[in-house]
Amino acid sequence: MEKIVNQKAWLLVLPVFVLVAFSAIIPLMTVVNYSVQDTFGNNQFFWNGVGWYKDLLDPSTELGGRFFASLWRNLLFSAAVLAIEIPLGILVALSMPREGWRVAACLIILALPLLIPWNVVGTIWQIFGRSDIGLLGYTLNLFGLNYNYVANPLDAWLTIIAMDVWHWTSLVALLCYAGLKSIPEAYYQAAHIDGASRWAVFTAIQLPKMKRVLLIAFLLRFMDSFMIYTEPFVVTGGGPGNSTTFLSIELVKLALGQFDLGKAAAMSIVYNLIVLIVCWVFYTVMTNVGTERRPETGGV
Amino acid sequence: MARIDLVDLAHSYHGPAADPATYALKPMSMTWRQGGAYALLGPSGCGKTTLLNIISGLVKPSRGRILFDQRDVTPLSTQRRNIAQVFQFPVIYDTMTVAENLAFPLKNRGLRGEQIASRVAEIAQLLDLTPHLKRKATRLSADAKQKISLGRGLVRPDVAAILFDEPLTVIDPHLKWELRSKLKALHRALDLTMIYVTHDQTEALTFADTVVVMQDGMVVQSGTPQDLFEKPAHTFVGYFIGSPGMNILPATVQGRRAHLSGHPIALTRAYDRLPAGARIEIGVRPEFVRVAAPAPNLLNARIERIDDLGRTRFARVRVGEQKLAAQVPNGMSFAGADVGLDFDPAHVHVYADSRLVEGAA
Repeated sequence: MEKIVNQKAWLLVLPVFVLVAFSAIIPLMTVVNYSVQDTFGNNQFFWNGVGWYKDLLDPSTELGGRFFASLWRNLLFSAAVLAIEIPLGILVALSMPREGWRVAACLIILALPLLIPWNVVGTIWQIFGRSDIGLLGYTLNLFGLNYNYVANPLDAWLTIIAMDVWHWTSLVALLCYAGLKSIPEAYYQAAHIDGASRWAVFTAIQLPKMKRVLLIAFLLRFMDSFMIYTEPFVVTGGGPGNSTTFLSIELVKLALGQFDLGKAAAMSIVYNLIVLIVCWVFYTVMTNVGTERRPETGGV
Repeated sequence: MARIDLVDLAHSYHGPAADPATYALKPMSMTWRQGGAYALLGPSGCGKTTLLNIISGLVKPSRGRILFDQRDVTPLSTQRRNIAQVFQFPVIYDTMTVAENLAFPLKNRGLRGEQIASRVAEIAQLLDLTPHLKRKATRLSADAKQKISLGRGLVRPDVAAILFDEPLTVIDPHLKWELRSKLKALHRALDLTMIYVTHDQTEALTFADTVVVMQDGMVVQSGTPQDLFEKPAHTFVGYFIGSPGMNILPATVQGRRAHLSGHPIALTRAYDRLPAGARIEIGVRPEFVRVAAPAPNLLNARIERIDDLGRTRFARVRVGEQKLAAQVPNGMSFAGADVGLDFDPAHVHVYADSRLVEGAA
């Protein structure tokens, strides 16, 4: 039988292709384009090859120094936030009621911080922490603690971490709660029969059953904290000095503050690659968790 | 190992103040012998699992007491009751190997390492799990997982009783039979009290020495499989046990004679003092009603169909508006649809308001 050749099918793909081109490919290529050129304004561009990338990845240059400093700062921030939010979220989920009207009450209270826009959260904490009029700042100073997030880097960090924990622990708690709810009652009954302690129930049943949602929570919180911009920008503006200047704040300073389009574009690309790689690693880990290396149907 | 007494026990999931008619478990008292193999048999929702969970302590009864060897354990938690329970669906601890799963109940009770190892090896041997001991339990099939659940119930050497809550539901039919025989063998070997909940009469009758039949939160009869078959204490038992179930027919009874649609049926015992106003029925198992050629001294019936069960044949017949099942003798062939029914008088029982009436000799 003769195969009928009909290329019209390509037309059907076209709308999607155009959509993706405008939403992703063209903007991305613009950034790639900027990252290999230099400009002195006036819409004049000069070819610079991989020059910006070389500078960026060399900590001894001004650009590289700034990039790596904010990268380490950002990684430290993400680590701190995860180290607090994940265990705290599990703890909150474990202590939530299982049934009755209290469930609804708890869920609403937990969901509230998640519904507040980023810049509002920033403003709330910015005022909350002020030592002249803020409830937190004023009270701390009243007790003789010299708390001032505008002047003291440690105070600024603690404020931002506390704010993030306040804003996002609910997300981890809700995910864990969903994971816990999916455990059949028979598991708890069996554990009672087997004489398991509270800790043994947690390690043998609850934690393994929560593994998947915990990975999702971990991934979401890592990505979000790694890309954080609005809240620290509103609270500290990246200061005092550069102490809370995270990657995205640095990027905005570079692109919009100094209008160094080439440097900023190169940094965007590398930033983007880091996010993609971390995503990919997590995705691979997540999809492999619980599956067999060697699938066995194992009859006895 | 213990004798278990239930004293005036009752339970309602809506609290003790609820209407007694809605109780999941109506007031009851009963004793489970040390070393007995019991089956709790009844349709879904009759309170079997509630009763089991009360014995194991997962559910606190609204009323009454539970005694293990005369010691009141009602307020004690499951952990302190020293009881093992196997559930309908396999429960395994995902992160552990098969061996670790089996060792879990022993480890939680602080046994020493070598004791645990020898006990686990022994139970694995009994359940044919030895080749899988080192594997992760999540990797096994549903059968094997349920074997692990069974194993965790059996592994503790000192339990007062082992409770099984329809443990073979997820098991393949051919393995079901094998596992049931294994449980029976274990029961003989370990001299443990075992209580086995099921809604499958074959399972109950093959496993247990004593079958406890429940209906609507009440125990309607407790006896050997033979008792249940030959002398059901309640029409429900007659109907629920046996396949096909007992024929239950409205009748009038006087002395040593019952009348069924005007036809007299002989009884071996005299029933002179039947409760007035009660609904009187006679019950006879299909195995004790013989189909024969029509004759003046036999009850006339019409055949509707014949069920061939391989070893035996049962005729589904109709007497007026009444439907019955009756055994067809080997080699009998039928000339027409009209037959006579021959009742074995020794196995015709009289029921007043569904309860067995003992006649006078």
